[in-house]
Amino acid sequence: MKDPKALLGVLRDAIGLGVTALSGAGDDAVLSVEQASIRRALEVLKAQGFNVLVDLTCVDYLGYGKDERPAPPSHPYLPQRWASPPKPPHRFKLVYRLLDLDAASGLERGRITVALWVFDERGGPSVRDLWPNADWLEREVWDLFGIGFTGRGDLRRILLYPEFVGHPLRKDYPIDRRQPLIGPKEAPRPEEGGDLRPAP
Amino acid sequence: MTENGLLELMPGVLATRVDDAVGWARKYSLFPYPFVTACCGMEYMSTSCSHYDLDRFGAAFPRFSPRQADLLMVVGTISHKIAPVLRRIYDQMASPKWVVAFGVCTCTGGFYDNYATVQGIDTIVPVDLYIPGCPPRPEAVLQGLMMLQAKIQSQGLEGR
Amino acid sequence: MKKSFLLNMGPSHPAMHGVIRLVLELDGERVLGAEAEIGYLHRGFEKQAENDVWNNVIPYTDRLNYVSPLLNNVGYCLAVEKLMKLELPERCQVLRTIACELSRITDHLTCVGASAMELGAFTPFLYLMKAREELYFCIDRLTGARVTTSYTRIGGVKADMPPDFPERVVAAFRVLRESVKDTEALLTRNRIFVDRLKGVGVLDKETALAYGVTGPLLRSAGVPYDVRRARPYLVYDRLDFEVPVGTTGDNLDRYLVRLAEIEQSLRIVEQCFDRLPPGPVAVPDAQLLDAGLMADLGKRGKTGHIFDARAGTDPVLEGSGEAEKPLIAADQPDSVLPPKEEVYNSIEGLMRHFEIVMPSRGIVPPPGEAYAAVEGGNGELGFHVVSDGRSRPWRVRVRPPCFFNMAVLHKLLVGSTVADVVATFGSINMIAGELDR
Repeated sequence: MKDPKALLGVLRDAIGLGVTALSGAGDDAVLSVEQASIRRALEVLKAQGFNVLVDLTCVDYLGYGKDERPAPPSHPYLPQRWASPPKPPHRFKLVYRLLDLDAASGLERGRITVALWVFDERGGPSVRDLWPNADWLEREVWDLFGIGFTGRGDLRRILLYPEFVGHPLRKDYPIDRRQPLIGPKEAPRPEEGGDLRPAP
Repeated sequence: MTENGLLELMPGVLATRVDDAVGWARKYSLFPYPFVTACCGMEYMSTSCSHYDLDRFGAAFPRFSPRQADLLMVVGTISHKIAPVLRRIYDQMASPKWVVAFGVCTCTGGFYDNYATVQGIDTIVPVDLYIPGCPPRPEAVLQGLMMLQAKIQSQGLEGR
Repeated sequence: MKKSFLLNMGPSHPAMHGVIRLVLELDGERVLGAEAEIGYLHRGFEKQAENDVWNNVIPYTDRLNYVSPLLNNVGYCLAVEKLMKLELPERCQVLRTIACELSRITDHLTCVGASAMELGAFTPFLYLMKAREELYFCIDRLTGARVTTSYTRIGGVKADMPPDFPERVVAAFRVLRESVKDTEALLTRNRIFVDRLKGVGVLDKETALAYGVTGPLLRSAGVPYDVRRARPYLVYDRLDFEVPVGTTGDNLDRYLVRLAEIEQSLRIVEQCFDRLPPGPVAVPDAQLLDAGLMADLGKRGKTGHIFDARAGTDPVLEGSGEAEKPLIAADQPDSVLPPKEEVYNSIEGLMRHFEIVMPSRGIVPPPGEAYAAVEGGNGELGFHVVSDGRSRPWRVRVRPPCFFNMAVLHKLLVGSTVADVVATFGSINMIAGELDR
């Protein structure tokens, strides 16, 4: 079982203060890495034996922790309201989930998660030469969040159509803004006198 | 003419109106084009297989070319990305043709009221039969199909 | 002078399970290169999950991998329960395990049946669909729905199983084993079937690991990785089952691995019925009152009549009494609906019920994030949930196993013929709901 503290030590040796923090324990340990050293950190982790990139995703923290409505007065029977979480350092967090899998026995030798905070569309360097499935994963992050990856060509949409404008999983994209290719933008509502049959 | 429109001229020969005969022929020989996208496809498979059996309605053989099919069954959610493809397939079918909106995602968009889903395929193609349900039980599909058959019978020769 | 041309398969194509577009670069019949275009069923699951309370995301998870909906339900609930650090009672865990394995069987039956049909074998498809119908009847009895089940809740399951459920399932398994045996008799040593699948679509270990492929594809390539063995969850660490492993990683191995997994899932369910902790125990001196009647009396204010009574609830309906509640849900008053006796007999119970059900309140996990993985029908199905301490999820990310299986497809198709594309694509078991979300 790979020990996250040992991995922290190895990364500190390789990139110094580029790895900023280690949180969590065991399989849920998360290493936070700076944007400038992410490529080197992932190369070091791959060399340490993490042969499978399980997942690469992004989380948008715009508006995180802001509570628009006032907190209800504390009452023993109401569910516990948590204290407001700490403000995140940047807006987007890329999450790389790595697995060290022993092909002969089928057992996991360790898992580690690497978190990379980015503040704009310049995401990080592409890792599709380290793990080929990063190709589609990075395209998906670009498609839904607009985070770009340098060092690779061919960054195009994968789940949405090319005519789509915007990145829907960002927090400032309203869920019901529609961009249909054909057909009306909104279904006509019968109560407003709209006719549901399409024009002849 | 008897009350169901049939007159037996001699043993083995029936006379009826052209509209009734054509309607009868069309409703019992449907060639569905199952445009299957999502979960409703599971219930479509269940309906067409042995337990619920679509074959006894004459709609056994799916035709996977729109030129050869006359019943377009839109099964499952239609996203905006596939909507032009659906419209093109509908345009490629020859008259008489009927469209079944199978599942609530095709009727109204279902509970996917968001940027990616067409809120009802009747905004793109004209629909003859709506079968709501998420997914509809095979019994509901069979009832819907029988209602469609009644509609086809009543349409007669000129179709739509 | 060789010239290659591009052939477009899909997005609406009979051999494509769902909507997907394959662009093949062909030299005659031989495939030189392939590219898959996905996203035709993108329904915005992840955006929709941010828009509704934690428990209401569960119906959306049903529709991810819609051939095995209970696996998605369980995966999502395990991730949120990990975030909230909830402990589930034993009976609830065993019920979830049974539900997971029944779903896994339907997944494999559909995959094998559909891919056999595409190769021209229509009869095995009908046999396996008959078997699947039997399972659907059982799942219907347990959860209330055939396909989109929404059986789990955060902190437990919807309701207990009906009293005659084990007998029903055992009877269904008899039919199922017979159907699978008939199918094997028709296919496994069939010269045509084997010739079409053997040596086609070979996936080797290194490519599989490099692409993050898991599940039957990885196991058929020779790596015995199963999330149920490597990171046990629910009661899998106490159950005895094998993980079937293939050797060459071709289509035939995938077919054999899936059939073997069906048998292993049947074993697991039978063991679970033996291990099931006892059901609700009646309190001896409490009067049994029908739950509807209890509710009516409570609403009319006649709480004196119902104070000492026990609610007689149908075990399959959601809304259980004191006897069933501790068996099917965690002991967490602010996350799990209270039993009916409390709701109708006490103000605290009524308030708790409303607090959990009202959309502006609801379950409130602590801020943070958690990742939990289950063994889906196609591989490691992971859910990464992020909470900001409010009643709606901040982010729900699905790690879809189909996505990685499809990403490696272009490697499997190179060098084969157009006819092999259909066979290979069928054996990958692409489910568009999971691929595109």
